[in-house]
Amino acid sequence: MARIEFNDGSAVVIIGSGAGGGTLANELCQKGVKVVVLEAGAMQSSASFINDEWKSFSQLAWLDPRTTSGSWRVAKDFSGLPAWICKTVGGSTTHWAGASLRFQAHEFKARTTYGDIAGTSLMDWPVTLQDMEPWYGKAEDKMGVTRTNGIPGLPGNNNFKVMHAGAKRLGYKEVHTGRMAINSQPRDGRGRCMQLGFCFQGCKSGAKWSTLYTELPKAEATGNLDLRPESQVVRVEHDDAGKASAVVYRDKTGAEQRQRARVVCVAGNSIETPRLLLLSASSKFPDGLANSSGQVGRNYMRHMTGSVYAAFKQPVHMYRGTTMAGIIQDEARHDTKRGFAGGYEMETLSLGLPFMAAFLNPGDWGGEFAWWMDHYTNLAGMWLVGEDMPRPGNRITLNKDVKDKYGNPVPNVHFDDHENDVAMRNHAFAQGEKVYKAAGAIKTFRTPPYPSTHNLGSCRMGASAKDSVCNAFGQTHDVSNLFISDGSQFTTGGAENPTLTIVALAIRQADHIAARMGRREL
Amino acid sequence: MRVIPIRGATTVAASCDEPSGEVPKLDLPLVRRDFLKGSGVLMGTLALGSPLLALAPSRAWALELKTLTTAEGEAVLKMGRTLFPHKRLPDAVYALLAKDMDAAASGDAKTAQMLRDGVAALDKAVGGSFARASDARRLAAVKAIEGGPFFAAVRGKCITSLYDNDMAYKVFGYPGSAWEKGGYITRGFQDLKWLPEPDAEASPKPYLG
Repeated sequence: MARIEFNDGSAVVIIGSGAGGGTLANELCQKGVKVVVLEAGAMQSSASFINDEWKSFSQLAWLDPRTTSGSWRVAKDFSGLPAWICKTVGGSTTHWAGASLRFQAHEFKARTTYGDIAGTSLMDWPVTLQDMEPWYGKAEDKMGVTRTNGIPGLPGNNNFKVMHAGAKRLGYKEVHTGRMAINSQPRDGRGRCMQLGFCFQGCKSGAKWSTLYTELPKAEATGNLDLRPESQVVRVEHDDAGKASAVVYRDKTGAEQRQRARVVCVAGNSIETPRLLLLSASSKFPDGLANSSGQVGRNYMRHMTGSVYAAFKQPVHMYRGTTMAGIIQDEARHDTKRGFAGGYEMETLSLGLPFMAAFLNPGDWGGEFAWWMDHYTNLAGMWLVGEDMPRPGNRITLNKDVKDKYGNPVPNVHFDDHENDVAMRNHAFAQGEKVYKAAGAIKTFRTPPYPSTHNLGSCRMGASAKDSVCNAFGQTHDVSNLFISDGSQFTTGGAENPTLTIVALAIRQADHIAARMGRREL
Repeated sequence: MRVIPIRGATTVAASCDEPSGEVPKLDLPLVRRDFLKGSGVLMGTLALGSPLLALAPSRAWALELKTLTTAEGEAVLKMGRTLFPHKRLPDAVYALLAKDMDAAASGDAKTAQMLRDGVAALDKAVGGSFARASDARRLAAVKAIEGGPFFAAVRGKCITSLYDNDMAYKVFGYPGSAWEKGGYITRGFQDLKWLPEPDAEASPKPYLG
């Protein structure tokens, strides 16, 4: 591991080691750039991952206090847990399911395509699908996405068989085991999927792509990476000229450290990233660092989500094998005849017994609920994920009334569904039920959105400094050497799981940063 | 995983061919006296034919309470059964709820008081002993306190106490950890036969070397 001195201001300092931060670090290191990665979480491994839902949750999840507000049900059922994301080396790439889909062309032009929908802050991205295509290609190759690069699709498990049978009977056409960053055969020094069934708890075989055991070791091998786990950033500092100059963090012992920086890249996921910029307010940036637009924290999206579970007369054992290798893509199109703008994907999903009890219907009890647990082995499940509308009032703010262990205000996540989200969710629930009824379901259940696993848009990119935080390369409009490097950049959410796009943006951003450093523009 | 410590008789190993015919003295722990150290005890027996017999060292089980009385423990156990009624789950599993609520009460005086008051209110609602009331009367009593802090504390605790333990896994057919068995790639991950097989394009064959 390289050792970059605190006073060495020549390195790029990246905050966060997940899909954005981890990828960016490796891409820069490969180009000879010195990189410090400050990761709040500890170092785990396939060996230390645990096939136990609650124990794993304690190991990997971001559990620092957060608060919630707004009319979304998560604020009532899980008021202190707005998101299920990670505090660990590798970030949420340890926990994610592996679904790796490209955005559709129109989704980069959401405002132009959907029009001016009242109550939203819809905007077109400052990049097009055409711009992104080379980077999507690199990301798919890097991550080993099935059904790309000559990589066969994964074999379908029982949960997929149920989805597939129902979907085909209903008339859906685009039904398959998905584009997954999970090895269907050995690749890139990692084995193929053993169908463990604990994808969300960290992949113990390493078949699922995670920066933890791909990007970060590769970066380290260059000799240019200084990865510091258990280093929680509390402030980004700037100089009198308004350029980012250093990053202040609390180390493992709780002591404050200051790392000087040539360039600062923030990739703390979409709640912590805006929080950090807000915590870094100064006399020059009274509303938060790089927040002249007032958009830092705003336009937060979590995707329209919900689940449908179905009970059958015969066993399914949906927990066997991959958690999410199964998809119906027919509804991802934009088709306002259905009563809403944008589209959604339908993806297989399974929860273990403990999490089914917690999340099937939070707060529920009684004979009806117990019936579902009694039928656990006979359940199939899917997750509905679609484009939710960005809204200026859906935002991350600092909660001055609640402090974390370092004395800093915790982030509050405020969210209200837009009527487009509600219409889409109801449609998706109904279609999910139809799929399972077509497969022979005796009962179906509409599960509300979980604490958010997709968190987007809270430092969005845009062409204008008036209504966006960063430009098409994630460079903040206000601070030329400060970059947003995670899903906070997303102008809109699209219907697709975000990780592939985050990785593609990171590869592209690395090229941009390295080139500008080479030209001494950074 | 939660396992109730089971107290059974411990016997001194003795050979059967004692020439004197003397019956060997069994070195039983002073079980009753030990129980009286705590505030209460819950006891039960697993049913013959229970799938859990293979997991348990004996059919009989006992749970020592440190703060709740026996009556309070029984009320909490029955409240768990009312909240999440499963014919297939033995009392041994609902006793885990009582154990966890007892631990919470032992750790915090306010919690202990809330539990005491909550149980007293349930007893009052059925006009006697909540634990001994009928299913229907218990359900009515619990419905009446729905939304209150005692209800929320017990219902919330049920989620982990009842469903995150070896016994519940066995009863509901969830095998738990899989990596140490090699996952499911050769253990039935796609063994479902009561629906048509997907075509190879939708679901390619697994790579087995």
